Amino acid sequence: MFTIYEARKILTMNPSRPLATHVAVRDGRILGAGTAEELSGWGASTLDRRFADKVLMPGLVEGHSHVSEGAFWKATYCGFFDRMDPDGRVWTGLPTVDAVVARLAEAEARLDDPAQALTGWSLDPIYFGDRRIGRAELDRVSTTRPIGVMHASGHILSVNTRALELAGLLRAGVNHPGVPLGDDGLPTGELKGPEAMMPAGRHVGFDREKQAGDEHGLRQFARICVRRGVTTATDLAGLLPDAAIDMMLRVTGEAGFPARIVPFRRNYGLTIAELVARAVELKALSSDRLRLGGVKLFADGSIQGFSARLKWPGYYRGQPNGLWYITPEQLTEAFERALAAGILVHTHTNGDEATELALDCLEQALGPQPARDHRFTLQHCQLGDPAQFRRMKALGMCVNLFPNHHFYWGDQHYESTLGPERATRMNACASALAAGVPMAIHSDAPVTPLGPLFTAWAAVNRRTASGRILGPAERIGVADALHAITTGAAYTLKLDGEIGMIACGRRADFAVLEDDPTEVPPEALKDVGVWGTVQGGRVFCAADI
Amino acid sequence: MPGPLPVTIVGGYLGAGKTTLVNHLLRHADGRRLAVLVNDFGELPIDVDLIEHRGAGVIGIAGGCVCCTYGSDLMAALDALLAMTPRPDHVLIETSGVALPGAVAAGMQLLSSFRLDAVIVLADAETARAHAADRYMGDTITRQFAAADLVALNKADLVDDALLADTAAWVAATAAPGTAIVPCRHAALPVDVVLGPPSGARLVLAPTGRHDLAAWDRWQAELPCPVDADRLAAALADAGLGLVRAKGIVDDRSGGRCLIQVVGRRWSVTPLPSEDGPATGGPARLVAITAGRPVPREGMRRAIAAAGG
Repeated sequence: MFTIYEARKILTMNPSRPLATHVAVRDGRILGAGTAEELSGWGASTLDRRFADKVLMPGLVEGHSHVSEGAFWKATYCGFFDRMDPDGRVWTGLPTVDAVVARLAEAEARLDDPAQALTGWSLDPIYFGDRRIGRAELDRVSTTRPIGVMHASGHILSVNTRALELAGLLRAGVNHPGVPLGDDGLPTGELKGPEAMMPAGRHVGFDREKQAGDEHGLRQFARICVRRGVTTATDLAGLLPDAAIDMMLRVTGEAGFPARIVPFRRNYGLTIAELVARAVELKALSSDRLRLGGVKLFADGSIQGFSARLKWPGYYRGQPNGLWYITPEQLTEAFERALAAGILVHTHTNGDEATELALDCLEQALGPQPARDHRFTLQHCQLGDPAQFRRMKALGMCVNLFPNHHFYWGDQHYESTLGPERATRMNACASALAAGVPMAIHSDAPVTPLGPLFTAWAAVNRRTASGRILGPAERIGVADALHAITTGAAYTLKLDGEIGMIACGRRADFAVLEDDPTEVPPEALKDVGVWGTVQGGRVFCAADI
Repeated sequence: MPGPLPVTIVGGYLGAGKTTLVNHLLRHADGRRLAVLVNDFGELPIDVDLIEHRGAGVIGIAGGCVCCTYGSDLMAALDALLAMTPRPDHVLIETSGVALPGAVAAGMQLLSSFRLDAVIVLADAETARAHAADRYMGDTITRQFAAADLVALNKADLVDDALLADTAAWVAATAAPGTAIVPCRHAALPVDVVLGPPSGARLVLAPTGRHDLAAWDRWQAELPCPVDADRLAAALADAGLGLVRAKGIVDDRSGGRCLIQVVGRRWSVTPLPSEDGPATGGPARLVAITAGRPVPREGMRRAIAAAGG
């Protein structure tokens, strides 16, 4: 006995059979997709018509996210854009300083312990004109409780007077480029860059490692996945100590856990040899819903934080070039060892110089160790140019570009970090596809909200927050974008044989949509409603999750 | 209330000898309790024979020293050191090979419980110039030198004298004016040069090891008159004097007793507690150390006189 789901339409993403009306599911896998009549030959079945007015797609795959998106919702959302929380509540965007202060004050009123920190996130004062948010503004919320609000970029932390006191920064004579001073000679409460943020961060509730190992956060993250049609999502990348692995295996193994999580081990705390050995060890612990064994490396920082490594001529306003997070020797060694051990490596590169280094190092590593089908992937690779995409293709690499970034920060790159021409070529999806590089696109949640249909919209339209169409020549078609958020992302995870299309033998993972993304106007792609998901044959309705 | 805890940042590219220097200092700590902070325990940062015990993120070291990782939160690691009993005497932060020690040094300005003593950058005398010409790493390496107060030109025994002189001149042109440049092998710098001479009456340079290549000179004097401590310290850090290290316990014109610390171009003046202990009491005094040339006696006298002494 098995189930046949009837749908208004099924976009199988299977090139041999692109459209269907029915899909048969047995033991969590797909028996076949086609018409009712075509599927009747498999034997006795139950017809389930609950999706008769829905559109099914393969479950969406997020190739670059962080489970900490779930944990962030413990803090107060202060963003400029509307954003949906794990409960499905849409927090309206805050258009003014006063609105931010008012929302923080509401959250403050709910805290019982007077010493407890109040934490906010996703602040974006660039949309408030020249208004900064510092201690003067946050002191309107409280002068006795430490308050810290992380900016959406992740590079600035706004704190109140109490937090500065606790951090020992409320004094004259502070001399640091990341700590602006007011007319009174005291810090204004804006702390820019990791060094400046550090003294205050832990007094206001920011501890990245705690967020990553958070069981509640993992459950919340999975609920967001259901609301966004995502059935497989990466956690890129944690330290993955044994305790976190045990927790993740247990939680993802629960009968009601709705997503497949693909954690990558970050390069930290181990030698390169130990890192690869640990990945081999973790890979063997994988379950269906927890796919272990990947390694994540970091080559440089971020463009908006001026820590990405750029090729000539560097930053638009002459800022010094960014930071390396690894040496060429270490990068080459990591590639060599991972190739020898059959371990998948994804490497963070933002600037074009970092991308160039990763290409050089992989080319060198592949010399003594030619490897077929390694699928080493460059993550973000935001300034990749056509020559670099051609090299990626030649070296057997994949790329996972970041169109969401284009929407949220494209205007700033245009105006201040990179200048018009290079901002126009950021996240050049059309060039990547033209070069034949296997491509995915991502949200980097919680940096931007999880939502592959939004990401696809961003790649198709290349519209920025101000309404500018930034790089129209790099727009891609809806079909390519939908491929990138299904098989495209699955391919970078070496999971495309299991997920990414609705076809016989694949996992029964579906995104259940209210509309057909191939028929709505391309500008409306982000607005296609998500009813929920089917994951491994289990049905998850977003309204009930 | 103890004064601010001195911090020395040890930077330099992969293979330049940072870990070797740190282990050398631990071996010759001479009673100082050193706390070593490293970014990552990936490669074991401490020689095995020095390790007394190992815990999560902490290595206990002979002589009351300790080594901890700081990862993404240097401030938390530094805070933890303040809470240790007994408190360490000196903190060494060993940065990663691609880190910019200048950024870490700037971060120290945010912490009132710490005093940045020096940024020491190691350079491999054989490979430094080649690394600095690397298309990817070159500017990182020159920015490391630019942030240094003292560049240790390590593995100097592996190059001939002409090349060593050439490389030293190139480092001097790359680094900021006044940066001390000291050749060494096996990263064996005298501990008193790196960490400062111990306080107390014994303002002497510890005996140098057999690896020590530099010809050290030391000069010291008592300062019977009060001085403008800031002005004196700044003068001692001037490139013209060419001092590697100076330390003074002086009477400031404002009335208080101060500690002057100079490493290459960096100087600091810290008020000392008024009680008259062996470390800070006694006559006001000053010691200066140079490498490869004598301490300019006349220049020292002029600097002291200009500061009112």
